[in-house]
Parts: sequence; C-alpha cells; structure tokens
Amino acid sequence: MLDVDERTPPLIVHHGEGFSLQQFPLGTRVVYPPDSLPGLPDVTAAIDAALDEPIDSPPLDELLFADMRLAIVFDDLSIPLPPMRAPDIRQRVVEAVIERAAQAGVDDVHLIAANSLHRRMTPDELQHILGERVFRSFWPERLRNHDAEDPDDLVVLGETGHGEVVEINRTAAEADLLVYVNVNLIAMNGGDKSVPVGLASYRSLRHHHNVHTMLHSRSFNDPPRSAMHHSYDRMGDVVADTVRLFQIETTVNNETFPPQFDFLNTREWEWSYRQQGAYLAAKRANELAPAKVRRKVWQAVEAPYEVTSVNAGEVNAVHERTLANVHRQQLTEIDGQADILVFGLPYLCPYNVNSVMNPILVSCLGLGYYFNMYKNRPVVREGGVLIAFHPVPWEFHQVHHPSYVDFFDEVLAETTDPAAIEAKFEQAYATDPWYVHLYRTSYAYHGVHPFYMWYWGAHALDHLDDVIFVGANRKSVRRMGFRSASTFNDALEMASDSVGRSPRITYMHTPPLTMAEVR
Amino acid sequence: MVLSLELYRSRSRYVAAQATQRISGSLTAPLAPLRLADRAAPTPPNPAAWARLRPRLSGICGSDLATLSGKSSRYLSGAVSFPFVPGHEIVADTLDDLDGIPARTRVVVDPVLSCRPRGLDPCDACSIGRTSRCDHITVGHLAPGLQTGYCADTGGGWSRELIAHRDQLRIVPDHISDEAAVLVEPLACAVHAVRRAAVLPGQSVLIVGAGTVGLLVLAALRELTQAGDVTVVAKHRRQRELAWQLGASEVVAPDRAITAVRRATRAHLLRPDHSPEALLGGLDQALDCAGSAGALDLALRSVRAGGRVTLAAMPAGRTDLAPAWFRELEVVGAYATSRNGTLAPGEADDFDTAISMVAGDLGPLIGGLISAVYPLDCWREALDHALEAGRLGAFKIAFDPGAEQRRTGPEAVPEQTADAPAPPVPLTSTGRDNQ
Repeated sequence: MLDVDERTPPLIVHHGEGFSLQQFPLGTRVVYPPDSLPGLPDVTAAIDAALDEPIDSPPLDELLFADMRLAIVFDDLSIPLPPMRAPDIRQRVVEAVIERAAQAGVDDVHLIAANSLHRRMTPDELQHILGERVFRSFWPERLRNHDAEDPDDLVVLGETGHGEVVEINRTAAEADLLVYVNVNLIAMNGGDKSVPVGLASYRSLRHHHNVHTMLHSRSFNDPPRSAMHHSYDRMGDVVADTVRLFQIETTVNNETFPPQFDFLNTREWEWSYRQQGAYLAAKRANELAPAKVRRKVWQAVEAPYEVTSVNAGEVNAVHERTLANVHRQQLTEIDGQADILVFGLPYLCPYNVNSVMNPILVSCLGLGYYFNMYKNRPVVREGGVLIAFHPVPWEFHQVHHPSYVDFFDEVLAETTDPAAIEAKFEQAYATDPWYVHLYRTSYAYHGVHPFYMWYWGAHALDHLDDVIFVGANRKSVRRMGFRSASTFNDALEMASDSVGRSPRITYMHTPPLTMAEVR
Repeated sequence: MVLSLELYRSRSRYVAAQATQRISGSLTAPLAPLRLADRAAPTPPNPAAWARLRPRLSGICGSDLATLSGKSSRYLSGAVSFPFVPGHEIVADTLDDLDGIPARTRVVVDPVLSCRPRGLDPCDACSIGRTSRCDHITVGHLAPGLQTGYCADTGGGWSRELIAHRDQLRIVPDHISDEAAVLVEPLACAVHAVRRAAVLPGQSVLIVGAGTVGLLVLAALRELTQAGDVTVVAKHRRQRELAWQLGASEVVAPDRAITAVRRATRAHLLRPDHSPEALLGGLDQALDCAGSAGALDLALRSVRAGGRVTLAAMPAGRTDLAPAWFRELEVVGAYATSRNGTLAPGEADDFDTAISMVAGDLGPLIGGLISAVYPLDCWREALDHALEAGRLGAFKIAFDPGAEQRRTGPEAVPEQTADAPAPPVPLTSTGRDNQ
C-alpha cells in the first residue's frame, strides 16, 4: 500500500490493450497486490501427496477400480488469466489421475470441460490446458466440452430445500467417481461452485445467477457473505448426496506477466533500468502496432504462474485450504472506504480469451469482478464513484458473442436496469433456439450469458453514484448508462458532482490481482 | 399556355442525374431532364367526359423521383409518352361541369389511365374494376401513359392545368384539408397494397421503409386488418417517431432489421458467403415500401418459408430472388389502386376507403405528413428537398402550382423557362380555405 506524495512517480494504469503512466493526486491511496508467493518446489510431489493423503477422503487409489467409469472434469479456459504457460497445472493433475486410473485398470475414462454456459473450447485450447499427450489419447470421443443444452446428457439430481433444481452433466454425475480438477484464481472460484455451476444447465444456473442473488452477495468473492455461494453450497449438498466426488484444487501465485512485461508485476519505484527500458519499448511498440497485431500479441501472453498449493479430497474441506491460499496471495487489509475507486482495466477478462473484450465484458470486469474484490465492505463507499480506464470499443466477436451483440443493441438501448432486463428479456434470450444452436455447435457463449455479465455489476450499480470511463468510446459508454471523460483530471472533475472537491481516492493497482479486506 | 414542369427525353441528362443521385439531391435536381415551360393547355378528347383541373397541391412521389433520377425500371419506359408533366398525387378544382361534378368542385384524381378514359371498351381487368391491371394503357385516344403524370396528352399535377376523365375524379369532403387530400392517392395505393397482402388476423408483418408510403401502409394495415406484431424498418428519427404513433409494434434501423426480426421470431440465421444474412423462419409477411433493391432484399430475407412479400413501392435495381425460390415465397405486386375485384360485398374501393380514413381521426396525422410546399418556380429546391426528405426529417413535399399566380395575379405571371428560373421564395403554407 502506498499514499501518493511528491516523490511518487506516475503509476502504471492498464487501459485495455495498452497501458500508460498516470499521475495521481497527492494523498491517493494505492493498493498494490501482495508480493508473489514462492511456488511449490516440487509440484509433482505435491500432486502425489494430495492424491495419496487427501482431506476427509480415502486416497484416490482406493477409489479407483477396474471396470469403473471415471469422469475427470476440469475448469475451462476462463481461468487462470492470462492462460498459464505450459504445462498448465490442470494438465499435470489430470495426467497424474489418469496414470493412477491406468494402474488400477480403469479403461472407461471421460474428460469433460466444465464450461457451463461458456463457449466450447477449440481443440487447440483443450490441448493447451491438458497437454498433447492427454489430448491425443482422449480427443474427441472421450474428451469433450460440457453441453448444457443436451437433454440426453443432463440429469436432475434433486432439489435443494429452497426449491433449487440441481441439473448437471449426466456422464459426470453417473460416473462411479467424479474427479474435479480446479485452478482457483480468485476466492469466488472452486468449492461448491465447481460441479453445480461448471456442469449445470440454464435451468439450474438461474437459481443463483440472477439479480436478486447478486445484490445480496457482498461480495461474491467472500463466500460466507455471498448469497450466490449459499446457493452453491445448498446445491453442493445435493451433489454430495448423489455423486461420488473427489475434488482437487490448486492455487497459483501472482506471476501474472511474462518476463518481457515483468514491469507490470513490479512496483514502479522498484523498476530496474531494464524494466524502465522494457516499459518504453513495449509502450511504443504497442502504440505503433496495427490493432490486429496488438490484439494477437496480448492474447498470446501466457502467465508464468507458479503453483502455490494442491489439495484434494472432500470439497468443502479442500476448499477451505484453497481459500486460505488465495487470501495468502491476494488479501490486503485497508482502513476505511474511499470516495473514488480507480481501476485500470486490462485487455482480458474470463470471457474474452482469444476473443474481443466487448463493452459488456468491460462493464463486467470493472463493476463485477474488480469492484467485488473485497471482504467486509466495498473499497468505495456507498454513493461513491468508480473511475475506470478502458477504451471500451464498440466491438464484438461475432462468433463468440452473438447474443452480446443483440443484448447491447436491443436490451441496453431500452434499459440498463438489471432487474428490468431480467424480467423482460432474459427468458427469451436464454431459450432462443438460434443462440442454443450456436452454443452447441459453434463457439458461442450461451444466449443468456450477457445477462449474467450485466447482473455481475448489479451490486456496483446499486452501490455507486457514478461510473466514469477514461479514454473510452463515448457511444459505448453512454449505451451502458455510464459517463466518459477524456482524461483522468476530467473524470475527477466530473466525480466532484458526487463526492466533492476533496475526495478520498483509492487506486487498486491491478492486475496482478489483489483483494481488499476493508476495515 | 400553361406553366408546367415538363419531363423530356434526354439520355445524357438521365445519365448525369443517375450518376449524381448517390452524391446529393442538390446535384440531381438541376441535372434531371426537367424544365419549367409554358405548354399548350391539354385538350380534352371528349368534353362531355373530361374536365380541366386546376391543381391546388400536387405531391412529389418516390416514383417521380426515381423517374427523374433515372432509377426507375426501364420496363416502364414503354408505358409513358414524352414530353410529359409529372404529378399524379393531385388535389384540384374542376374548371368544367361534368355529370355529377359541377365546376369549381374540389376533387382528387385516380391517376390510372385505363380503358374508359381512353375511350375504349373495357378490357378483362377493367370490366371487373381492376383498373390498375388495364391492358390498354398504350392505346386509345390518348398517348401511351400508365397514369396521369406519365402521359403526354393529359398534363400532370406539376402544372397549373391538366385534364382528367370523369371516371378519374373523386369529390373531396369539405372538412378535409388540402394537405390531407393530396395524400388520398398514396393512401389509396397503401390500402390497395394492404388488400393485396391479405394479412390474416394475428399475422406478423414487416414494413420495410418508413417514408410516406411505409407510414401510410402502416396506417392502412392497422385500420383494415387485425395484423399482429408490425415491425417497421425506419432509417430516420422522425420516421421512427411517426411509426410508433401509427401503431408499430417495433421500429428498427435497417442495419438491425434482420437481427431484430430474428430475435422477435426466434428464427435461425442463414449466413451466406458474400451476401447479406437471411432468416430460416421469420415473419409471416413483408411489404417493401421503399422500392430499393436493398429494401426488397431485406423483405425477401425476413419472411418465413411460404410467407408473402408485397411490393408496395415501385421496385428499382437488382434483387437476388433466390430466397423467393428457396423459401417458396409469394411475391405479390401492388400497383396503384383497384375499383373492385378483391372487395367484399359492401366494401368501399381503395380510393373511397382512403377518403374515409382521411376524413376520420387519421386526417390530421396524415395531413401532417406534408412537410413543405413549394411554388413551381422553386422546383429545384422542391426536388432537392424531396430527394433528401428522410435525412431532413421530412416526408411528403408538394407543389402548389397556383402559388405564384395568386401572389402576382394571373396576368402578371412572367413566362418561365428552364434557363431563367424564378428566384427562390420562402416555403409557403397551404393553410387556406378549402372552398
């Protein structure tokens, strides 16, 4: 943490597929991510130890037997971000599980990506996560994406006490053993979110992916105070009653950017001469590069993450340890709330890997994910202002985000109120046969997905008095009901309408990720 | 002699007007083969059945503009005779007594020059009242011409005098304003188009285009049918506003139309190579009210298999008819108006229906579509305005051929030629006494 004074240099601010150095007003509180934790010295040994000595569960070897059906389910490409430099931790865990299954004589093995209503992953993307050996052995018959619209491969496991229908992937649910392999990037992930969400159908997801739940999840990165997680937990109990589940969770450190961009992982005043040169060179090259090249370069970034923990066994017990490791890496205590919260939004969020960060995703990243990176209280006070840096281009990936295009043009043109949107439009988009067709056969996010992304920001919309984007496409920003400013100073001037002339400003210097525990 | 705007045959001017049409209306109007000239007054072939008319207002129709700018189909060139005076949307005073219509009666003109005006025995179509399908538009005692306003012998509305057959005239009730009355003819065409479309109760309809034709079709659709959802494709803000007022269920921009229809009908999308998107599924009916290749293309791509596309505006340009073949669409023409042939017993014909609509609650709204009125000597400005109407928030532009004459007195009107046009005068309102 840093309070800006006369000696503080300009600070790095992400701005979509770009970045810049920005001078902050004196007294601005800057929240840096904690230093990156050292990775495990021997990941293979850590995986073996987790499988041999799981928490509240028999060792994996004891759960494997010949002639059984084994389902190995893994998190999709939405985490970690940026994608992990090969070998991905999921590959290492899956290989270990498959090896043990082979030793136990298990032939009937199915690998399923828990992509829920996300787009299907391409063969190349699956291969990046699982490695060439696993991919070649299982693709395509025994390795596939979950299809939330395949009536033949869904099964209702039951209902929670709150009447929530738990409908998940049949192949996974009816296997003799379901092994879930997770990467837990933020506190929202993992635990009972894995199976009840990653393998669910719309029918099941709508119980927690809705405006009411989002408004009562404060934050959704703080599971005990998250209505969304309460619902996951209830559904997890139903899963636990009917499915033999062995959960494997992993965490990574904060080594987000590769060496050529390592100045983004470092505090500005600690930059070496090499990093200063790298900043100048990268910034200049980024500015000169044609848009397509720039996007290609950024999307090709792979994070040199190191693994900080591997735990296996019973879901809740495992997840408790996982959360502790996530907090160990990301949690920063801060005193008091700010009047203005500032973010630099980067080029990537969970839903535009190898794709385009459209305006709805920008909103989701800022008002959803980043705003909710807190425990106890939001970083910014109620009635405060969020200032975000991002160009917010009016641009969509036509293959990945077809319903987003219509949502932006049709729905947001009428209203930006999440509850009104949910009531009037959600059902039609969620059941639109064309979107269903594209989700199942192309590489499109489900028709309802943009709604969820908009709901993700419901808590922030309810909490904030104003949202201002700096350096953004004014038309895109206006369509979403926000305001735009040409410069940071203009944004501060505009924010003074809500918070006065001497606001307390907090700049969350992220990514790498950090989560604030606000006292 | 009668001061008239005369369209003459000039290939070079057609080419020039066509070439500049995409650039600006202000270039097109002066280049069009049109001149303001004194012509000999048209002579009634049979004074007992014909009357001279003095136009009060005469509208500028999209088909007039297409003709001036060389955009209209060459197919129609055989059905006109040069030089002719355009103008077929006319409210006028009669100057001669006719059977049942004394002189100085305010009338509107059904412009179709069918068998009776031509002094011929009725053809098969005319004998059942389907005058718009007349086979004799090039013969008889008149020069060829599908309508008044395209015939060298009758004159047209863009002049101070024309002639019309008794059969073409309909008396305008006193309480209807000139502005509303001049829209009776396009409204009657809209009524005809809606009747040709034969929309069933509850059917969903797409109206492509929200200029005067599109809005009048929308009004007729809501008045005469029990259509379900009606989606209107409108390019400009004022068009969108009026479409909502006239009962559209949804109003969309052209570039959003296919997507919006797809969303509303839950259709599947067809994405051909190097060709616009189309729907598998879609609306029950579409009416092309713009007449452009793009509009018809959109209509064809937006209706469900077995649906119907009605051509309510004069088509221009080339359109890919593959959707009509592939989706087994009915493509229905709707030209001008009909006296009978499709009417239920006791049902008023297209013109009388239009007059009834204008005489009712819709009158003020329809009359409000007249956005500007010009004297004949400001014809370049008038055509410029009409060519850019949508962009300027305007709908129907009309001529008031007698304006200059009333202002200066009949004897003082100077002789005009195309080479010495009158200086521009401010736009005039026609808020006059209807008597």
